[in-house]
Amino acid sequence: MKKVFIFIIALLISCSGNPVVLKMASTTSIENTGLTDILVSSFKEEYDIVLYVIAVGTGKALELGKNGDVDLVFVHAPDLEKKFVKEGFGVSRRMVMFNDFVIVGPESDPAGVKNAKNVTEAFKKIMEKRCTFVSRGDNSGTNIKERYIWKRIGVEPAGPWYIEVGQGMGNTLNIASEKKSYCLTDRSTFYALEKSIDLQILFEGDSILVNPYHIIAVNPEKFSYVKYREAKIFIDWLTSEKGQKLIGDFKRNGKQIFHPYIDLNRD
Amino acid sequence: MEYLLDSFKEAIYLLLSFDKDVLQASRVSLWVAFTSTIISTFSGVPIAFLISFRNFSGKRILITVLNTLMALPTVLIGLVVYAFLCRRGIFGSFGFLYTPWAMIIGQVVLATPLICALTVATLEGVDRTIERTAVTLGASRFQSMLALAQEIKVQIIAAVIAGFGRVFAEVGISIMLGGNIRFYTRNITTTIALETSKGEFSRGIALGLILLFFAFTINVIFQVLSGRSRITGRSFIGA
Repeated sequence: MKKVFIFIIALLISCSGNPVVLKMASTTSIENTGLTDILVSSFKEEYDIVLYVIAVGTGKALELGKNGDVDLVFVHAPDLEKKFVKEGFGVSRRMVMFNDFVIVGPESDPAGVKNAKNVTEAFKKIMEKRCTFVSRGDNSGTNIKERYIWKRIGVEPAGPWYIEVGQGMGNTLNIASEKKSYCLTDRSTFYALEKSIDLQILFEGDSILVNPYHIIAVNPEKFSYVKYREAKIFIDWLTSEKGQKLIGDFKRNGKQIFHPYIDLNRD
Repeated sequence: MEYLLDSFKEAIYLLLSFDKDVLQASRVSLWVAFTSTIISTFSGVPIAFLISFRNFSGKRILITVLNTLMALPTVLIGLVVYAFLCRRGIFGSFGFLYTPWAMIIGQVVLATPLICALTVATLEGVDRTIERTAVTLGASRFQSMLALAQEIKVQIIAAVIAGFGRVFAEVGISIMLGGNIRFYTRNITTTIALETSKGEFSRGIALGLILLFFAFTINVIFQVLSGRSRITGRSFIGA
């Protein structure tokens, strides 16, 4: 009986710990680069607020926001985000940073993607040559962008050449590398993994491929317990000069991973 | 193959350098798995005795169900417990989701049927003479159960070890209910999942080796404990 009692007490204490805890659902593409670790520690130093990061795909991150399981979401799928805000789940949406998507594939480039004029042509070439293409298939920001491009061509990709793996960006790149396949990835994750995989950037630079990241606070009017005040502090900090500089200075293998978005921080 | 060797080196390096991520992940793995094993033991073993000591219709079916539950997939437990713990769930207001407590709840669901089923199996197969002897000597029902428990202590410990192994090595529950939050709910197995997705294979294997190292140490401790209990068990009967 005593044990149970101690257990309950411990439980209560653990629930009412001192520094405020914020929960943020972010995307695997941010977590895999290691940027979140740096943001968490710098933010804790300055405000004594602990930020817990739950790294999932953008689709799930927004779902967690809709269920009120997190205080913040940090994602990259503008259309879904706008819907999220419009439905009243999110407030204070701010642009934080951007990078871009690139098409990676084996050096030999069997589909000739390198010579494509734009991204739709590149996708068409892969499909026509029936070269293997590895898709996230998990409703993440990257996956949504990929499906958007297929839609622009007007096809529903299917067949043995089109592999949906349903995993995070890192795992997906590993699979693509093993299968010598093409893959749409964000540049950051690719740079983070570049050394351990056998893929190269074959197509880049189309304006469709710009990949903006937004941070959104979960609406306290929907869920009274979410920590909006602290969430707002984090949003303001992240979009301030200080936060933006941290993002701009963040490098992996000597390469800048994200570009801060300081000029456009207005709703 | 080369990176297997690298992983061995890395494992030793990670252990000796007291890498903060590894230390924290080990701490989370150990205390979460210990807590859930203890709770599972104190719920699973008594239930096993209740089932075994009573004759009721549907007992066979119940045991079959229990055995089936040993095959519960961790992702399914993760999903179902998530439905209860998320803010829209029945227990949402406690805010347990993405805390170590959520991981413990999930792991208890995983280990309790396992420990219970293995104990039932032992009880069904064991010679009940000692229990009857205890009753003829004037022991109460509870005392006779205790005597029997003493008799099959080694098998119960084996069941507990099996339960511990299952929760210590699982990843589905931890990642879905814990959320893999660094320094908080990130344990060894979810770190392996993360490192793999980052393409850091040798670090992943190194962490796997560290997990096995802990499991080995714990099993040695259990071995010593069960060895001792066997001796005291004998002396108990002798006395």
